[in-house]
Formats: sequence, C-alpha cells, structure tokens
Amino acid sequence: MPGQDHLTVTVQRGGPGAPLRPQTFEVPAYNNQTVLDVVSWIQQNADPTLTYRFACRVGMCGSCAMMVNGVPRWTCRTHVSKVLDGNAIEVGPLRNLPVIKDLAADMDPFFDKWVAAEGRHHPTRTREEEIAPVNPQAEERQAANAGIECINCSVCYSACDTVAGNPDYLGPAALQRAWTLYNDAKDADRDAILDAVSGKGGCHSCHSMGSCTAYCPNELDPLSAIAGLKRATAKRFFGGRR
Amino acid sequence: MSEFHLYMAQRLSALVMAPFVIVHIGVMIYAIQGGLSAAEILGRTQGSVFWFLFYGMFVIAVSIHAAIGLRTILGEWAGLRGRAQDGVAALIGLGLFALGAQAVWAVTA
Repeated sequence: MPGQDHLTVTVQRGGPGAPLRPQTFEVPAYNNQTVLDVVSWIQQNADPTLTYRFACRVGMCGSCAMMVNGVPRWTCRTHVSKVLDGNAIEVGPLRNLPVIKDLAADMDPFFDKWVAAEGRHHPTRTREEEIAPVNPQAEERQAANAGIECINCSVCYSACDTVAGNPDYLGPAALQRAWTLYNDAKDADRDAILDAVSGKGGCHSCHSMGSCTAYCPNELDPLSAIAGLKRATAKRFFGGRR
Repeated sequence: MSEFHLYMAQRLSALVMAPFVIVHIGVMIYAIQGGLSAAEILGRTQGSVFWFLFYGMFVIAVSIHAAIGLRTILGEWAGLRGRAQDGVAALIGLGLFALGAQAVWAVTA
C-alpha cells in the first residue's frame, strides 16, 4: 500500500490505434520534484515503453506540456506539491491535438496554424541594406514585446474551448504571433496578416473566454492580442488605420 | 460572405438592437402602468409609420444577429459544417424574419 513516501500517478496511455486508457503507477515522493520528474521516473524505473517528450527541463523549449489533473501545464516547471490531489496526480497528453503515443501529442496542427495565421516575417529591407533601428518605447513595439516570449508549448491551444469546438480555429498562440508581427515596425505586409486572421477559423471565431491567458505558463496574454486583431480588422473595414 | 463580414454584421446589428431593446422595454413598462387593453394598443400602433419602422428594423436586426450567432453554435455544438451550417442558419434567419414581419404587419398595418 502506498504511504506518504509514494505518489499514485495515473498516466493516460494509448495512441492512434488504441484509445487512451489509464494506467496507475506508484512513484517515490520527494520534497522537491516536478511532474516531468515523476513521468521520467516511471519511464526509467517502471515502464520503459512509456512515451513522452521533453528537452530543456527549464521552461524554455515548450516540449513537455501535458494535461495534469485535467489542466494543461508545462510539466518541467510544475511542482508536484502544487498540483497534488490528495496523494495522486493524473497525467495525459495535451487536449485538442492528435495523440502520437501515450503523453506525446502530435504538434503538427498547432504549427500548421502558425503558418496559416501568416506567422512569418515579411521583410522591409534586404540583407544588403542597413539594419533599421527599432524604437523600444514605441507603443506598437510594447504591444509586440508583450507576446514574443511565447515558447510554442501549446498549453493555450489545449486550454482553448473554441479550438475544442471548432477544428478550423487557428488558436491563441498562432493569433498572438500574428499580432506581434502586425505590431512589428520591420514587418512590411500587415494587410497579409489581417487577411490571414480574417478567414475561416480566424480571430473572429474567438469567444473571449480567456483560458489562453489564464493557463499560459509564461503569463502572456493571447486574449488581448486576439482582441487587438479584432480591433485592427474592424478599423481596416471602416477605412481607418490602427 | 466571409467569416469577417458575418462578424461585422453581427456586431453592427447588435449596435442597432441596443437602443431598440431599451425603448421597447421602457415603453412596455410605461404603457401598462394604468392598465392597457389590446384595443388601446392597436389604436396607437395601427397606421403608425414610426412603430412600423421601429419594429420593422428591430426584426431585421434580430434576424441577422440571431442567425449568425446560432450559425456559430450549430458549428461548435452540433458539428455542422459548410453548406449544412450555412443553410440551417439562413433558414433560422428567414424564419425569424417571417415571424417578426408578420407580427409587425399585424399591429401596424
């Protein structure tokens, strides 16, 4: 029987060919351990076939996001003590994405939507020209800065109920990326960005529920970025500019 | 019509509806204070260009606004896509307009 020196960890396992099913492990409890530590312990000591994904372990790479007790989190920076429910935690693959196997979600739809939201730089100059100075105090630069620390972990995408209901919806991360580029003084094609976020599944599909902002591990605010895009498209509709 | 144009149409119809809703509710509360019969109401509304335009525009705005909102719900909750989603939403909009227009005609003509 598990005492306080062990945690009861339920892992949702499966993949495309096999529906997810829970499997429970008893894992040694330590004063200081993250959810990723617990998953790694299972893979290294209990079941080497457990599939999951991580890289940096310090909250920079955005690889290790999973559902923890039904909530999307970056597992490398989530302490077990913070999320423990009684003496148990449940870990599963990210919501709103296909499952490759066990805890590894297929990120393709997430990144495809970055591209669909025109999340790429449109240069104003060639590499032969001088680098254009950027005014860090400019209002639009501040708006861009607010969103550029996104680590592409897909926690917001998994938290979003609009994504769950509307598979076409581009999602918070891709739209926030579009908003940062829209506010970038060095971006030459803002109309292309607004066109990309005005189509099917664009920023106007957002219901402003705010789960993206509530769950973003980097405390970014995609909700406000999406609101900014809605305002920008409406202003363009009435012939105005920002 | 693109998603963006539907979005704008829904916001603009909401903008139109807001004063209509306030006047509608305000007049209802005010008018019934002393007790009011159907005949007295019809006596004021029948032949009135003002009330015809007021409720006529109200019905148009409601039909547009509700149909677009329900179209989203049909997509996200009922899983309808493409033509089925657009078609059902358009039928709802036309149905609301038909019912509303009939009522407006009945009390103002």
